[in-house]
Amino acid sequence: MSQVSNCEVAIIGAGPAGMAAALALTEYGLDVVVFDENPAAGGQIYRGITSSPLRDRPQILGKDYWAGEPLVKKFQACDAQKIHEAIVWAVSQQTSDFAPSHFEIGYSVNAEARLLHARHVLVATGAHERPFPIRGWTLPGVITGGAAQTLLKSNAIVPSDRIVLAGCGPLLYLIAWQYLNSGVKIDMLLDTTPKGRVLSLWPYLLDFVRSPYFLKGLNLVREVNSKVNVVKHVSELAANGVDALESITFKTGNQERTVEADHLLLHQGVMPNINLAQALGITLNWNDVIKCWEPVADIWGNTNVERVHIAGDAAGIAGAWAAESRGRLAATDIAFQLGKLTEQQRDTVAVKLRHDYVAVTRGREFFDRLFQPPVQFRRPTGDTVVCRCEEITASQVRETVKIGCTGPNQMKSFLRCGMGPCQGRFCAVTVTELIADERNVPEQDVGHYRLRFPTKPLTLGELAALPQTEDSIKAVVRLKKPV
Amino acid sequence: MNGITHADVIIIGGGIHGSSAALQLAKAGKRVLLLEKNYVARHASGVNAGGVRTLTRHMAEVPLSLASQHMWANIQEHVDDDCGFEVTGQIRVAENESDEKILSDRFTMMQSNGYIHEEWVDAVGVRDMIPSITPNILGGLIARSDGAADPYRTTTAFRLKAQQYGADIREGVTVKTVVRQGQGWLVDTTGGRFGSEVLVNCAGAWADQISAQFGEIVPLKPIAPMMLVTSRMPHFLSLVVLGTGRALSFKQRTNGTVLIGGGRLAWVDRDRDITELDFRTLADSARTVCDLFPHMRNASVNRGWAGIEASMPDGIPVIGASNTEQNLFHAFGFSAHGFQLGPIVGKILSELIITGSTNLPIEPFNISRFAASSQAPAGAYPFAT
Repeated sequence: MSQVSNCEVAIIGAGPAGMAAALALTEYGLDVVVFDENPAAGGQIYRGITSSPLRDRPQILGKDYWAGEPLVKKFQACDAQKIHEAIVWAVSQQTSDFAPSHFEIGYSVNAEARLLHARHVLVATGAHERPFPIRGWTLPGVITGGAAQTLLKSNAIVPSDRIVLAGCGPLLYLIAWQYLNSGVKIDMLLDTTPKGRVLSLWPYLLDFVRSPYFLKGLNLVREVNSKVNVVKHVSELAANGVDALESITFKTGNQERTVEADHLLLHQGVMPNINLAQALGITLNWNDVIKCWEPVADIWGNTNVERVHIAGDAAGIAGAWAAESRGRLAATDIAFQLGKLTEQQRDTVAVKLRHDYVAVTRGREFFDRLFQPPVQFRRPTGDTVVCRCEEITASQVRETVKIGCTGPNQMKSFLRCGMGPCQGRFCAVTVTELIADERNVPEQDVGHYRLRFPTKPLTLGELAALPQTEDSIKAVVRLKKPV
Repeated sequence: MNGITHADVIIIGGGIHGSSAALQLAKAGKRVLLLEKNYVARHASGVNAGGVRTLTRHMAEVPLSLASQHMWANIQEHVDDDCGFEVTGQIRVAENESDEKILSDRFTMMQSNGYIHEEWVDAVGVRDMIPSITPNILGGLIARSDGAADPYRTTTAFRLKAQQYGADIREGVTVKTVVRQGQGWLVDTTGGRFGSEVLVNCAGAWADQISAQFGEIVPLKPIAPMMLVTSRMPHFLSLVVLGTGRALSFKQRTNGTVLIGGGRLAWVDRDRDITELDFRTLADSARTVCDLFPHMRNASVNRGWAGIEASMPDGIPVIGASNTEQNLFHAFGFSAHGFQLGPIVGKILSELIITGSTNLPIEPFNISRFAASSQAPAGAYPFAT
């Protein structure tokens, strides 16, 4: 029977933020445990960097990917305890009497649930793709761009036959570029960025030109444009098929076209993976530029929940380099809170970290605005599926608002939407936006789903593997726990 | 008068009992005002396991439970909604000889008291009814007219029906103080002041704070029984299955999901209105389920939660008139099994208020039982739930 273990700082996620924080915290002599869902460290960005079958063909994934290798190697060598293939399904502020002022982290490894008590928690759960609710997006053959990239990075798997990419954002072009590098033929790239948006953003352009992303981005887009049939200003999009994807219908200007396709890769940007933050009670704000919920945190990653920090894209989308800086900033503050640094030492260290952070986030405003997903792809209508788990459509959600449902949590009671195994990851922002649309109020006023345990799927058999309680050993189970 | 809203009866608490009392009183022509600090059915009344159970009730509760079951049988007529109520039967199973003895003693006692709604089923009978249960089961006690309903829908139906009869229901209104005004009451709340002739305390986990204002100190404990629901599974179970020595309530809903409860408790902070699940205790539930239904090991836990309610040390509620004040009535402390009693408790309260008496034996539930000492009488209730 496994015992409950203990540490000073638990980090959830071994992407750039989690890894950088673990390195800093162990340097300060703290006892750190890092949970990660993947078999190896790296997060989404550096997924499979130490094990990828593409290691001998580095040009496919490009320089920026391999630039993560030193960080991953340093992390692997550091003193933090790394628990890979660990699913963290809950973090609770209430623990048994024997571990006061600790968080209780419930996780599973090898299909067995375990508990760990930690004094501080750093949430570094990264980002996930924004839903792309168009007609037919649930058909087999339609996958997300991120999922396609995961297959490429970890297993060197690419689709064959007729491939169409659609959406907007830097990652869409990066995937196209990586596909081209690996010899995959892309039939078409449907860019949904609206006409005239670049021009409307001239006030932000200067910062972007000075950003490290500028030249890289420009070259990448130029190369994709020269090799792929890119259709710009796509304003409508639907996937057609009976049992699987057969064709794609899209519109540019007044022209509608249908092309046959076997694979449609959809991507329209990423947003913070907030499920765990939300379950912990961290306050969320609606980011009206990126159009998603974002945890409220200060520069150190402090949240409204005492002894819980958040860093990296989980705290707001800013990319891998910024995540490293924010991971270190959070680590520095945690070390201060745990008495390993004085306030002055902390502040001294932070100067350079903040400088780095500002440098790598310069120009973000430009492309956050440039790549804001167009409204018609965020606020679907008609029979487009919104909640994939419970198969709830946009018109069902809209109609339910009309009969008096004012928020996402009531929507659960009415339609069960957001109550499936994904815990709302696929529909949370869409449901908030649809309610806001129907009520004609800001998203912030509509609010978001209240999240229920477990944050990640868990089987009863896994749960049953937890250590027995004293009560169950004595088979005394009635009425305990006074306030 | 002076901006004070007046009613005949003010009910504090919008759970199943408060809503049921509001319905019965409004139906009888009383002007009813119900004050709820969150929203109706926010806690246990909206998120319990939905068990409609007469099986193995505390002996004091049996007459009330049977009377309530008659109302459940015609629930559509009472509230214009079927409340999702389905008669499936509930069975409490014996996992070992000690369980078997508890259940057969119970069966004998019920028979000798003239109650026939609990029947003995042998091992073969249990397996015939529940093929997927572990073959180790030695037998069980069944109440065939028991079943389950949808708690949120039920409490909402009572509330809507009460409103139809003219009850005024105010949500998001917290009671601050209650003071005497002549023969009646003046209730000061976060949403203004209200006056009434009669006051009903259905404040659940917060009810002791109301009764204490009148010198009625009760050893109430806020509790939050935990629930789990799995993702959808192929149909394998019609009955509600209960444990005997181990706490469990287990049922498959018509949509295929499996609901697991049984009264294992979460951490509660009633002042902040929050609960947190106790994972190790939850694991005890999971183990019990996996032992009884081995195929459930692979079932995916979809959600877990807990709703706050009140428990009393003797495991039975407080129902009836105040021991210290005229025109004050209590109904709280249902100790994790009040949902089925909802319909009848509203009726009892309405009878007490309007006629001064009820035909049902409610003496065991008098609040005065806690007056002498805060120590509970030794419980004679052997079941884990």
